[in-house]
Amino acid sequence: MENNEIITPQCIVEGEDTYDLVYEKSTVMTDTRLHYCPGCGHSTAHQIIAEVIQELGIQKDVIGVAPVGCSVFAYDYVNIDWQEAAHGRATAVATGIKRVRPDKYVFTYQGDGDLAAIGTAETIHCINRGENILIVFINNGVYGMTSGQMAPTSLEGMKTTTSPYGRDVHTMGYPMKMSELIAPLHGAFYVTRQAVHTPNAVRKAKKAIMNGFQYQKLKKGISFVEIISNCPSNWKMTPLQTVDFLENSMMQYYPLGDVKLPSKEDLKELANK
Amino acid sequence: MSQNEDVRLMKGNEAMAEAAIQAGMDAYFGYPITPQSEVLEYLTREVPKRTGIALQAESEVASINMVYGAAGAGARVWTSSSSPGWSLMQEGVSYIASAQLPCLLVNVNRGGPGLGTIQPSQGDYFQATKGGGHGDYRLIVLAPNSVQEMADFVFLGFELADKYRNPVLMLSDGAIGQMMEKVVFHKRDIKKIDKPWATSGKTKDRERNIITSLFIKPEKMEQVNLHLNKKYEEISRNEVRFEEIMTDDADYLLVAYGLSARISHKVVLLAREKGLKVGLLRPITLWPFPSDILNKLADRVKGMMTLELNAGQMIEDVKLAVNGKIKVGHYGRMGGIIPSPEEVVENLEKFIKSL
Repeated sequence: MENNEIITPQCIVEGEDTYDLVYEKSTVMTDTRLHYCPGCGHSTAHQIIAEVIQELGIQKDVIGVAPVGCSVFAYDYVNIDWQEAAHGRATAVATGIKRVRPDKYVFTYQGDGDLAAIGTAETIHCINRGENILIVFINNGVYGMTSGQMAPTSLEGMKTTTSPYGRDVHTMGYPMKMSELIAPLHGAFYVTRQAVHTPNAVRKAKKAIMNGFQYQKLKKGISFVEIISNCPSNWKMTPLQTVDFLENSMMQYYPLGDVKLPSKEDLKELANK
Repeated sequence: MSQNEDVRLMKGNEAMAEAAIQAGMDAYFGYPITPQSEVLEYLTREVPKRTGIALQAESEVASINMVYGAAGAGARVWTSSSSPGWSLMQEGVSYIASAQLPCLLVNVNRGGPGLGTIQPSQGDYFQATKGGGHGDYRLIVLAPNSVQEMADFVFLGFELADKYRNPVLMLSDGAIGQMMEKVVFHKRDIKKIDKPWATSGKTKDRERNIITSLFIKPEKMEQVNLHLNKKYEEISRNEVRFEEIMTDDADYLLVAYGLSARISHKVVLLAREKGLKVGLLRPITLWPFPSDILNKLADRVKGMMTLELNAGQMIEDVKLAVNGKIKVGHYGRMGGIIPSPEEVVENLEKFIKSL
């Protein structure tokens, strides 16, 4: 991507100063102040979802499903119709919505405890049925909202409030690779793992989310966008330290990249829609 | 038979499923469990030929949350289950009640606790009427005593759910669900109301719609609680339903619902042959409970006895209603056993002697 594609030049701001407009809050974001901790990836993930909805011009056709977890208030920030699901049940709620409103774009936004622990059954079966929805899975390896307990995705040896001596995989199980777990299911159409810790990663994650919305038009199954994120407060790190941990620990175990892609024929079909 | 009538011989479960299609259901989400699996079977057979969605979920937990999603999106939606499955749904029911989502829920009661038995029971009365899930909420609870009513209460249930934005529970049992009887379907004019609060996609002319049961600030939560309570008071004023059988000259009153009410009707006749003036009050709505009529009848009769297929649950509501004016007794069988009318008469006579 060239610089001039990213930067929209010449925005006049009050008075005589002229600035280059490099970033703008999406009009699909509300003015409500985000409650997330400084440096948390949720804010960025929300923003790129709002940007995608704005750019695709589908605000009136999107229904989001919020989880229980740190992002429980997602509906305060992204200005679309939302349903708040019980813990772990977002994909069941989304199934109910999509089945009665098949012409709408439906997505869930879920954390690791929600999607990969209490909601594993709903997750697997929703994907297996190939519901035509997008699942945005924020994986930061920890329960954030309840303040730092072990998640199904916590890394081996990771210290949390419920694995204070580090996650012992022999007694506490292994960190679950959800993308790899669900990709073989026939209902999984598009599976990718992304991050939001660098500008480049954000651009790629945004593209993945855009794919996830657009692929719903094909009615061929689930788009699953896992976003490896951070949790400065519960990892007990500064936001910058979390970037190191993301790259040197999380992404070593959860490598970024596409896990399952649509075929060329599928993409051709999409281009014709 | 008029042209507007369609008479059939059906199981209660099938009649309910057929009624739902005729009531214009948009979706049903369910999971197999005896003794109500015919519902899902009927719908997965009929719906593809007609209209709507019938989906087998991976669990009752999933089906109730699918109901939440579809109801939140404005659809006419329902689910059914039996006791153990109904227990699994309670978390979702609490969310549905809090988010004020209209939907129809059915529990074809079987014997418990635990995995219990697949035979009929009324052991889930408390769970149905006192809030099976967490928090202050109420379901409108309809108790059919025939295959006909299992069909009729589907129409009524959807209507009441929409009217009050409240989940409606039909509490049936394994006998009414499984037995075959004549059922008449009348041609009806099905009206669906607008649901401007539903998640239909945020258009420019309105604020975003949010379906939620989360009100984290105590002041807001209390306001929601107060609003719900106001609604429950309104329902209590408007929607009490009951049937009186030979209460006019009664000295003694049986109180029974559903299957027990059918048995009690026979008990009334047998007792009268013996010279005992017995009447029957059959609550049709278990919540709101017909307390006022029971309180009035308590001024005229010498004693009341409930017949329940449980250890004595509804008796508590009857006692509250009569407020100590007269003695209230209970006779019941459990574990899926259905008492004979003669057995009940015998126990009724014992109760009368104890007065």
